[in-house]
Amino acid sequence: MSDLKFEPWNDPKAVPLISFRNVTKRFGDFIAIDNQTFDIFEHEFFALLGPSGCGKTTMMRMLAGFETPTEGKISLAGQDIAPIPPNKRAVNMMFQSYALFPHLTVWNNIAFGLKREGMAPDAIDARVAEMLKLTRMEKFASRKPHQISGGQKQRVALARSLAKAPKLLLLDEPLGALDAKLRQETQFELVDIQEKTGTTFIIVTHDQEEAMTVATRVAVMDHGQIIQADTPDRIYEMPNSVYVADFIGDVTIIKGRVSPSDDGYEIHHAEGLPPLFAKSNLSLKNGTGAYLAIRPEKISIAAEQPSSARNAIKGAIQDIAYLGNLSTYHVELPNGTIVKAQATNNRRLANRPFTWEDEVWLSWTDTAAVLLDH
Amino acid sequence: MKHLTWFSATSLALGFAFLYLPMIILVIYSFNASKLVTVWAGFSTRWYGELIQNEAFLDAAWVTIRVAVASSTLATILGTMAAYTLVRAGRFTGRTLFSGMIYAPLVMPEVITGLSLLLLFIGIGLDRGIFTIILAHTTFSMCFVSVVVSARLVAFDRSLEEAAMDLGCAPMEAFRFVTLPIIAPAVISGWLLAFTLSLDDLVIASFTAGPSATTLPIKIWSSIRLGVSPEINALSTILIGIVTVGVISASLISKRGAIRRQNEEQAALRA
Amino acid sequence: MRRALLIIVPYCWLLALFLIPFAIVFKISLSDIAIAIPPYTPTLDFDAGWQGLKNFAKALDFENFLFLTTDALYWKAYLSSLRIALISTLLTLLIGYPIAYGMANAPDHWRPTLIMLVILPFWTSFLIRVYSWMGILSTEGYLNQFLIGIGIISDPLAILNTNTAVYIGIVYTYLPFMILPIYSILERLDGSLLEAAEDLGCSRISAFWLITVPLSRNGIIAGCFLVFIPVIGEFVIPSLLGGSNTLMIGKVLWEEFFNNRDWPVASAVAVILLLILIVPIILFQRNEQRQREAES
Repeated sequence: MSDLKFEPWNDPKAVPLISFRNVTKRFGDFIAIDNQTFDIFEHEFFALLGPSGCGKTTMMRMLAGFETPTEGKISLAGQDIAPIPPNKRAVNMMFQSYALFPHLTVWNNIAFGLKREGMAPDAIDARVAEMLKLTRMEKFASRKPHQISGGQKQRVALARSLAKAPKLLLLDEPLGALDAKLRQETQFELVDIQEKTGTTFIIVTHDQEEAMTVATRVAVMDHGQIIQADTPDRIYEMPNSVYVADFIGDVTIIKGRVSPSDDGYEIHHAEGLPPLFAKSNLSLKNGTGAYLAIRPEKISIAAEQPSSARNAIKGAIQDIAYLGNLSTYHVELPNGTIVKAQATNNRRLANRPFTWEDEVWLSWTDTAAVLLDH
Repeated sequence: MKHLTWFSATSLALGFAFLYLPMIILVIYSFNASKLVTVWAGFSTRWYGELIQNEAFLDAAWVTIRVAVASSTLATILGTMAAYTLVRAGRFTGRTLFSGMIYAPLVMPEVITGLSLLLLFIGIGLDRGIFTIILAHTTFSMCFVSVVVSARLVAFDRSLEEAAMDLGCAPMEAFRFVTLPIIAPAVISGWLLAFTLSLDDLVIASFTAGPSATTLPIKIWSSIRLGVSPEINALSTILIGIVTVGVISASLISKRGAIRRQNEEQAALRA
Repeated sequence: MRRALLIIVPYCWLLALFLIPFAIVFKISLSDIAIAIPPYTPTLDFDAGWQGLKNFAKALDFENFLFLTTDALYWKAYLSSLRIALISTLLTLLIGYPIAYGMANAPDHWRPTLIMLVILPFWTSFLIRVYSWMGILSTEGYLNQFLIGIGIISDPLAILNTNTAVYIGIVYTYLPFMILPIYSILERLDGSLLEAAEDLGCSRISAFWLITVPLSRNGIIAGCFLVFIPVIGEFVIPSLLGGSNTLMIGKVLWEEFFNNRDWPVASAVAVILLLILIVPIILFQRNEQRQREAES
């Protein structure tokens, strides 16, 4: 079973393609990357996700060779890359602005790197043709960059950076300039191309949906540090901190004090309300503060008090965000806390049971909420 | 953040040395006591004194200033109109000819412009004097003004004018209350450019001046053809000084404006 | 109505004071020299109407132009002007490009000052800037004093009144015209293009030749035209810095007009000069047009 799964990060014998060892990067007083150590493996599609200024772009530029670490070591296939200039690295980058050379045709843009290698003209022809086919741009080979659309530019930029068959491809917000619909299509295309070529991809993005869709692992960054690096489902279901839980998807965070109970903790979050319960592996002292993170889709909403659930709480609907396929209810608890709960709209609008000001019961299972200590 | 490479630093240092050394030498030697310009004989302001006594130079300077003020003002009005036409009027008959007449004088050798204007003035029997110089200078400097102003107009957000008209302005009012205040910096620099072009011009003025009016460049020219003279060094120093003070204070004013604007924008963001 | 006025006023002004004068120059270039004021007899008499036009057609000759071809002075002057303009344009480019490049790559907060430093000489009198070289280049000038002083040469170099001095003068006075258009393009050059080139295997130097130079092409072309075209007709620099053997057409025209008082021949010289300039002027205008379109 586990042999079929692609999880080299769980295999202690796996040799990483890229390893960061205590890497720090400072610009003057500003710390862009703060003492980071982590590995990326071959064939991975690794996403660096975070708000602007979190250091994700610096991380990528250090791999490309446009920045050098202030401290620490980065190695690629076991070799320290610090002394290798960008033009000698087996790493290529797809730029956020695409950086297509405006004076060269699509064909010449793709052939640019191959010509620098001194590849034979026949081989260049063949390789460029292959790249044009891969990105479905055969018809546009003789166009100049200003004569093609944004989506086409993106594909040319991808073809150009893949042409030299790099060990590692860096993508800086590759879909940032595309509109929402095109972006979705292109996400799957990227994954396809990554699988076909077998190249290791590192993508920098601030769009969590994009990171979750394409990546094998997502690293959530903040203030120059990777807060959590894990598979998309684990990042979503098992965030290690309030920051990650809040950054990815919709969540309600309830703050309280814990008391151990069964194989988890009871969380006392408000005077006069029953404590909430969550299973957890954390070892917390009685009475310490902690956070409970609950995803809205894990909460059921009902008119009557559910009999079985240990976590059941009453509130009034304050707001309804109708999203078509589902609705998000903002339910206000008696102490003023707002809890978000989601319900699928499997009936027509007119038949929906709840409306504004309705008193409802919210309930969730023991494993639905995640207890976080920071 | 860009850092200066040794190549950039060297080319900037050598380039600016080349641009400024000759003028610096000129300024230094204008304080030379000796009549022999190339031999240093101690510090003196003697030549400035003699320059002030020289009526011919003062008369020429006065003529030059009058010509420059009149022609640059006219050129600014005509040039702004031309720029507005070029940028806004869209297609009209003779547009190509019009834009050709705007751009050609920028590179036209002055001897041709001067000669052709002179022949025109003689042809229509206009007496040569200050008036003809003004006409000539207006003609070639209005083209410079229109290039400067149209560069600003191209970047101008047209919806501002439309908003003004939507709020009840007639087209002329929209121009006066909205467009003109916004393009004013370009109009002012156009005027300054026209003014210096006029102050500076020797060739066209020589053709169109006639015997009755002599401008400062004509006077300088007739004096330096015979060689370097200490009085001209002093005069050059005065002119260089005026330009330097003018340009530096203009750039300081605009820089202070930019800084104040930036501060205000930051304050607005914080608020 | 007002809009029409806006067009008509500058249009008519330029027609009257720019285009019609050229027609007159052309007309006078066809007339005969006379000892009078004005010193020519018109061959085309507008007042005589149709009859005048017929007389004109009958008497039409290109003797002034023929005269230009018979005297070697004129075509030598045209050729020499073209050569001097070409060489000095290339020299200006060679010196101006590195300066523009240095400015574009300087830290942001330096740039306004650097631009001001390039523009400042431009506001200073052209005549004075040319004049400043007379004192430097003359036999007993500052350059010779300096070179003899440090012992590089023992006899003064003769630079003033040679073509070398003319080249120096042209490069010096026209340098801002070369620097500014190139700078304005280099300054806007997207830095990620150079990073992309490096990322794809270019060294810094080959990225400069493969990316920076081709992309600054429009600036180079504009700068070269801004120097080349006016230099062909340059008068002040060859007169002050050049020698008796420095032949430039602007100087010939001036002397023909003011010294020989041969207005028809001066006009013929101007007509031919204009014909020579028409092609580069049109090319220059196309380049400007293209650049404006590319920007908008």
